[in-house]
Amino acid sequence: MGNDDLAINVEGLTKRFNGLLAVSNLALQVRRGEIYGFLGPNGSGKTTTIRMLCGLLTPDGGRGTCLGYDVIRETRQIKRQVGYMTQRFSLYEDLSIRENLDFTARIYGMGNRRQAVDSALERLGLADRRNQLAGTLSGGWKQRLALAACMLHEPRLLLLDEPTAGVDPKARRDFWDEIHRLAGEGITVLVSTHYMDEAERCNRLAYIAYGTLLARGTVAEVVKDSGIVTWMAECADLYALGSQLRGQPGVSQVVPFGNVLHVSGTDAALLERAIAPFRAQAGCRWTPIQPGLEDVFIQMMEKARDNV
Amino acid sequence: MSDRFVWYRFWAVVTKEFIQMRRDRLTFAMMVGIPLIQLMLFGFAINADPKELPAAVLSADHSEFSRSFVRALENSGYFKVTAQPSTEAEAERLIAEGDVQFVVNIPENFARKLQRGERPAILVEADATDPTATGNAVGALSQLAQTALDHDLRGALQPLQGKPAPFEVRIHRRYNPEGITQYNIVPGLMGVILTMTMIMQTGLAMTRERERGTMENLLATPVRPFEVMAGKIVPYIMVGYIQVTLILLAARFVFNVPMLGNVALLYGVVLAFIAANLAVGLMFSTVAKNQMQAMQMTFFFFLPSMLLSGFMFPFRGMPEWAQNIGSVLPLTHFLRMVRGILLKGNGLAETLPHLWPIGLFLLTVVAIGLKRYRKTLD
Ligand SMILES: Nc1ncnc2c1ncn2[C@@H]1O[C@H](COP(=O)(O)OP(=O)(O)OP(=O)(O)O)[C@@H](O)[C@H]1O
Ligand SMILES: [Mg+2]
Repeated sequence: MGNDDLAINVEGLTKRFNGLLAVSNLALQVRRGEIYGFLGPNGSGKTTTIRMLCGLLTPDGGRGTCLGYDVIRETRQIKRQVGYMTQRFSLYEDLSIRENLDFTARIYGMGNRRQAVDSALERLGLADRRNQLAGTLSGGWKQRLALAACMLHEPRLLLLDEPTAGVDPKARRDFWDEIHRLAGEGITVLVSTHYMDEAERCNRLAYIAYGTLLARGTVAEVVKDSGIVTWMAECADLYALGSQLRGQPGVSQVVPFGNVLHVSGTDAALLERAIAPFRAQAGCRWTPIQPGLEDVFIQMMEKARDNV
Repeated sequence: MSDRFVWYRFWAVVTKEFIQMRRDRLTFAMMVGIPLIQLMLFGFAINADPKELPAAVLSADHSEFSRSFVRALENSGYFKVTAQPSTEAEAERLIAEGDVQFVVNIPENFARKLQRGERPAILVEADATDPTATGNAVGALSQLAQTALDHDLRGALQPLQGKPAPFEVRIHRRYNPEGITQYNIVPGLMGVILTMTMIMQTGLAMTRERERGTMENLLATPVRPFEVMAGKIVPYIMVGYIQVTLILLAARFVFNVPMLGNVALLYGVVLAFIAANLAVGLMFSTVAKNQMQAMQMTFFFFLPSMLLSGFMFPFRGMPEWAQNIGSVLPLTHFLRMVRGILLKGNGLAETLPHLWPIGLFLLTVVAIGLKRYRKTLD
């Protein structure tokens, strides 16, 4: 794959805070026009990585390019073409919605400022609240405003740090439709999220824990590479079954999903041996299923913790 | 190509700052209100023409002439005899402890020498720690010598009347020989008020962005440090000029401060001073971690400015090391410029020697600020 096809291409990215590793030797390749999911538990280094990609933090080690520009030396060029949505609301609370957008448009020197701001307001559905102070918006609306602001200058790469946290399902769906539309136009999107359904909407994704990249690829690849086997049990007394299974050799996760139980492990033979006594139980039905992303991630997270 | 100052980004910051300033009504009101309140407090407290100042009379001569002089003192309205000490030590204690503002020493044989036309001297010791408080009273003293005894000098003594006065009043300013006049205070206040409000406002400007998290957004845009700094300075320059105008109006119409020089020149040179203070504030805010620290740094700078600039104490009365520190501070030079222009009618030529140190200070501080401005979140 040529370098030109990659919007983000970094390797060895490392960041320490007061001697503690926040991101360790991270490599990331994101193709142009791709929606790339960035997942990982709290404190795993997602925000730190994104900040290093857009020049807000200087990496302690590593190198690479973002939109073809060097992530260490050419941060100014990168900033001009990247839209970064911060995890924490970082627009001016004492400026109105319109003033915030207007400020952003001015900073990027947009020629058609008025028009760009107006159409962004239209698209947001905030046209009639344009003069409301940003600080008085509800949490979800703040997110949507921040998103509109970071897309205003028509960036080629969007770095979105948990853009849908606290956003209602309908707005989330609208947001993802918008993301897919933008990707169709050739815009690259790197989006961090804690939602599994969002992860599944990404073309590819990376999973990071304790600053280390643990898995990457399409959803199917990640699931396959994880080597996890999952059985689904439908039983009368799920609670009793669950507590009996937990701690058995070969059983790494027992997770209730409504009226069924997902039982997973990394060693298929060991897992089958562990569940064998329960498969004969009356009123129980066991079926092997495709493990979900969540099972995979929790599995990886626990394994990573054991290694730390 | 990309690393140059760009006007539109600079204007973006300016516009934003103006809007935020307008939103923050209380702060804006304080910036206009503080000069007025301070002027009224300091201006009147310091500049009021104090009357009936306590005085001790140490008289070694009990003649009618002495009594007439003391009566004349009281009639002038400026003095009130509150003590008649009998020894010098007692008089010394009175003035040292601040019980009296003046000690009037009438020498032995005052009457006899006076009658012989020997022009004896009355020594008036003035406590000039607060020179503005004694200034007018001291002024009245010299008049007194002329007229105090007119009533007593009759008949044969008639020729002693008139010029030169029949006796001499020697004034001994104690504790503060330099004696600043009241007109110094109001122009000085202009500098002090500008120093405080300008540094504080910009000192908070950048730390506020950092504390509220908006810095992350700002840093992710292509905006350059100088554009941010300049954009934050400009709106406050306007506020500074509002303050200057208010103070000048009050100086002219409330305190009757003479304005001998060119006010336009004053408006011109004040720009350098305002910019210097704003730059100090911005530099502080690039160093301070939060708004509280920025506030403390403001006072850290404000106090020496107040004490070592010649505002509180006469500049030449300070030890050399203090003068050296004072010479670096913009307020020191600003005070000289303002007093020079307003009170002495100085023009540009006399003002320039005090302008360039401010310019130098400004450049240095901007350079430090730009160096300290963090382009990343590290
Ligand atoms: N400025 C900083 N100073 C010190 N430590 C920091 C700083 N920023 C981040 N860290 C640490 O680096 C680690 C990674 O943090 P980061 O914010 O990147 O996690 P994250 O994956 O974005 O988490 P979340 O999902 O909760 O947003 C954490 O342990 C955090 O405490
Ligand atoms: Mg984060």
